[in-house]
Amino acid sequence: MPGLSHLKRGLLIGSFALVLLLSGCIGGDYATKGVYGLLPDLKFDLVSETGQRITEADLKGSTVVVFFGFTHCPDVCPTAMARLAAALDRVDQSIGEEVNVLFVSVDPGRDSPEMLGRYTDFFSEYIIGATATEPELREMTKRYRATFGFDEPDQFGNYNVSHPSAMYVFDGSSRARAIFRPADTISDMAEDLRRISGS
Amino acid sequence: MVTLNTVIDWLRPWEPSAPVIIVCAAAISLYAIGMMRGAKPGFWPALSFFLGMGLMYVVTQTQFDYYSQYLFSAHRFQHLILHHLGPFLVALSMPAAVLAAGLPASVRAWPQGRAAPVFSVLRVLYNGIQQPFLAAFLFVGILYFWLTPSIHFYAMLSLDLYWLMNWTMALDGLLFWWLIFERGRAGVTPRLSPGKRILLLGMIIPPQIALGAYITFSRQNLFDIYDVCGRAFPISPLLDQQIGGLITWIPASMMSVVAAIIVLAFRLEKTHARS
Repeated sequence: MPGLSHLKRGLLIGSFALVLLLSGCIGGDYATKGVYGLLPDLKFDLVSETGQRITEADLKGSTVVVFFGFTHCPDVCPTAMARLAAALDRVDQSIGEEVNVLFVSVDPGRDSPEMLGRYTDFFSEYIIGATATEPELREMTKRYRATFGFDEPDQFGNYNVSHPSAMYVFDGSSRARAIFRPADTISDMAEDLRRISGS
Repeated sequence: MVTLNTVIDWLRPWEPSAPVIIVCAAAISLYAIGMMRGAKPGFWPALSFFLGMGLMYVVTQTQFDYYSQYLFSAHRFQHLILHHLGPFLVALSMPAAVLAAGLPASVRAWPQGRAAPVFSVLRVLYNGIQQPFLAAFLFVGILYFWLTPSIHFYAMLSLDLYWLMNWTMALDGLLFWWLIFERGRAGVTPRLSPGKRILLLGMIIPPQIALGAYITFSRQNLFDIYDVCGRAFPISPLLDQQIGGLITWIPASMMSVVAAIIVLAFRLEKTHARS
């Protein structure tokens, strides 16, 4: 009976997941937060800082760190980019997979490709800026269980944006491997980047 | 102005879940068929059943679910419905007889037919899990389990674990409130005295207050998953956490008081009926 086999499968997955949660063995063993098997593979269709279309196929074979932010961000984004640039400095890019960072702006109203190019160049040559329309960005963030939102603009048209603080790390086969959080140290981030990229 | 399109958009599921839609539709249909076949639950029990099922559907299969996934306070409200209010209303309506009347006669005969051994095992398991102190322990334990920050992180990050969390909350809520409101013809559920029911309701209050107060007064951002994934709109993480803590603390505990009053009212009704 197919219904019963689905039920059995559901119960089996549920019990297995509970056991893994209790034993703390979920997501893989990483210095940062392992998310192996918990999130879908990398997939996107965006406009890069050069104005060209960019998809996951363009970065196939390289380790990709995805960050959702915006260039007018006063604190979280510049700090995250600076920390990531420092971690990248500790990774030998000549060994193993190349490590690229995709800075996805969730504020397409203010972040043009040119502006994104200037912003990412300030931090590292390995950081690529990209964006898309709001519905496309919603679809992409939803895929990674993330979201963003906007405050009402003030009298000068400035507004705050809520966005994920995490950096999502995908291996060369586009599989989600780890999440870097603001509390993770630069050496832990570098250690996991080396491990995932094989450098 | 709220337009029809806005309402339709709001009613669309954020994460459609076939099992949730099927179970809700099946339960509501069976209940309605049972009534059409002559079962007479009365106006208030029927309203209680439909309201309970409807609330559980709304918090999981509309855009409300979006806020539940990206705001801790909305998540706590969702679980207040899934673990407390929704199952509370369903169990209060004691729908077993009406649902059974809605089933085809051949399905109603399963427990006495070839599947009898399976039902015997299920009865033993159900009876075991409904032992009063175990039921109270599970009711509070599951709250603590899913609100352990490291576990909560993965439950909100993985869609499969998210649904597992919501299902376990709803099922545990149904088991507990069923035990509290069980009445009428004796069945498989242990029949507790009113005093024992009120004792159980009293037992679950302090741990819920402790958990809610701990979250409310914590100066630390305990659930960083909401920063990691982003919040639905810009809001201070501590304010979001404090509202979530208050929902865990006050209305959740109040439900025990309301349930105790209902248990006493049933007892008084029985006494009046005898005299």
